[in-house]
Amino acid sequence: MSVRVPVPDRTRVLERREHPVVRVLALAGLLVLWELVTRTGRVPSLFLPSPLDVIQSGVEMLRSGELVTDVLTSLRRVVLGVGLGALGGVSVGLAIGISRLAEAVGNPLIAATFPIPKIALLPLLILWLGIGEASKVAVITLGVFFPMAINTYAGVRSADPLLIRAAVSFGAGRWSLIRKVLLPSALPMIFAGLKLGAGTSLLLLVAAEMIAANAGIGFLVLHAQNLMETTKLMVGIVLLSVLGVLTHWLLVRCERAAIPWTT
Amino acid sequence: MRVVIDRVSKTYADRRGQAIEALRDVSLTVESEEFVALVGPSGCGKSTLLNVVAGLTRPSAGAVELEGDFAPGRSATAMVFQESALFPWRTVQANVEFGLEELGVAPAERVRRAREHLALTGLAGFETRYPHQLSGGMRQRVGIARALAVDPAVLLMDEPFSALDAQTRRLLQEELLTIRERTRKTIVYVTHTIQEAVWLADRVVVLSRRPGRVLATVPIPLGRPRTEAQLVEPGFVGAVERLWSLIKAEALGALREAPA
Repeated sequence: MSVRVPVPDRTRVLERREHPVVRVLALAGLLVLWELVTRTGRVPSLFLPSPLDVIQSGVEMLRSGELVTDVLTSLRRVVLGVGLGALGGVSVGLAIGISRLAEAVGNPLIAATFPIPKIALLPLLILWLGIGEASKVAVITLGVFFPMAINTYAGVRSADPLLIRAAVSFGAGRWSLIRKVLLPSALPMIFAGLKLGAGTSLLLLVAAEMIAANAGIGFLVLHAQNLMETTKLMVGIVLLSVLGVLTHWLLVRCERAAIPWTT
Repeated sequence: MRVVIDRVSKTYADRRGQAIEALRDVSLTVESEEFVALVGPSGCGKSTLLNVVAGLTRPSAGAVELEGDFAPGRSATAMVFQESALFPWRTVQANVEFGLEELGVAPAERVRRAREHLALTGLAGFETRYPHQLSGGMRQRVGIARALAVDPAVLLMDEPFSALDAQTRRLLQEELLTIRERTRKTIVYVTHTIQEAVWLADRVVVLSRRPGRVLATVPIPLGRPRTEAQLVEPGFVGAVERLWSLIKAEALGALREAPA
């Protein structure tokens, strides 16, 4: 007996809906939950101050100027460290990606020094450069240098041989090849390295400021803990989160502007 | 511009270090304004030969010479690649200007010559697009414009349309014929499609399977400009038949061989 049946709809399994409202609610929910927990009075505010108190405290610290000093001090260290590290990393990455000789010299050196947790070098850097700004900037520079160098190297090596041949077929010389083919080929990897490095830089910044500093966000967090000022401590942590998110957002914007050829 | 390929041989080492003889004693002269197609079974070294002519592969023996007038601001050869090989970070306009930059042409002149060749290849209005925003056929047109912009004495084409769908391929073949009528370029064209070779070329050179040698040279008895009506003429059909009978045995042999 012949029957007519509809084709089974199998698309349900493949469906992945967007949930824009839930995105906002998740974050707001956490804050509300946090506030509610502190309102019950069961958790002492020394352990967990309420989010509203944290915001209020943040505004006060902003007014008094202590926050501005700490943030500017930290920003300066990060910008200098990331800048120097990126510059050095890209230069070395390009060199070892392009020249076999540089590769032979650089690769084993990088392989040997890359696994060292950079914070372990801070005491040595303080010994060499003093306890001031230089040692903090240097440890961030080192932390950013490695992911940048390694990523740039990988980016150069992954350049499409067909494009290299095409460039050479039009008479491109060595310098042209580097500037017009190898460098743009490596740009996506360079940005990936920059994002990695930016994350590392915050980590090293805070660690360095906790070990030896009298200003900066890391100092603020540690100092507040010593004085049992948990609210101020939380202000520092929230600030770090904001700083991390902003840095990433900024890098993504830069990346889109610098690499307009990827969708 | 004449291309004189004089007893060219090429042996290279593969990944396992084994010597592969790609070309053996190939001699061939392409006359000025002539359109020569190189056909042969896969892995017969026709692309290797083209690369030798482009100066991208050094022959193990023999030499390739170009004979004619060399003007400044002009390239000896320019290549159109199978996979277009456009620079993804350059716009269409900047891609076409690439060769001109390397020739040291002044910026204003570069822009002018690029525009001219974009118009010639039907790409006017696409100057600011990036390659990933174009279809395969359009990308190949940019590849052709880029090669023509340096006004090469010899245009080298390495299976330029083989990655395209059949309809696009046919349209681009017609465009190439029109461009040839206008520019009178000397063209060396590598393909594995016999019909394409016969329809486009003045002469079809058949290479044997490895090591590649010249098996035969078949002149094509079709007038120019080429028209679609010629696709059913006895001259076309006869040349296709003759070439297939030459290649068939070679292709069968290549089929049974281990992949290159």
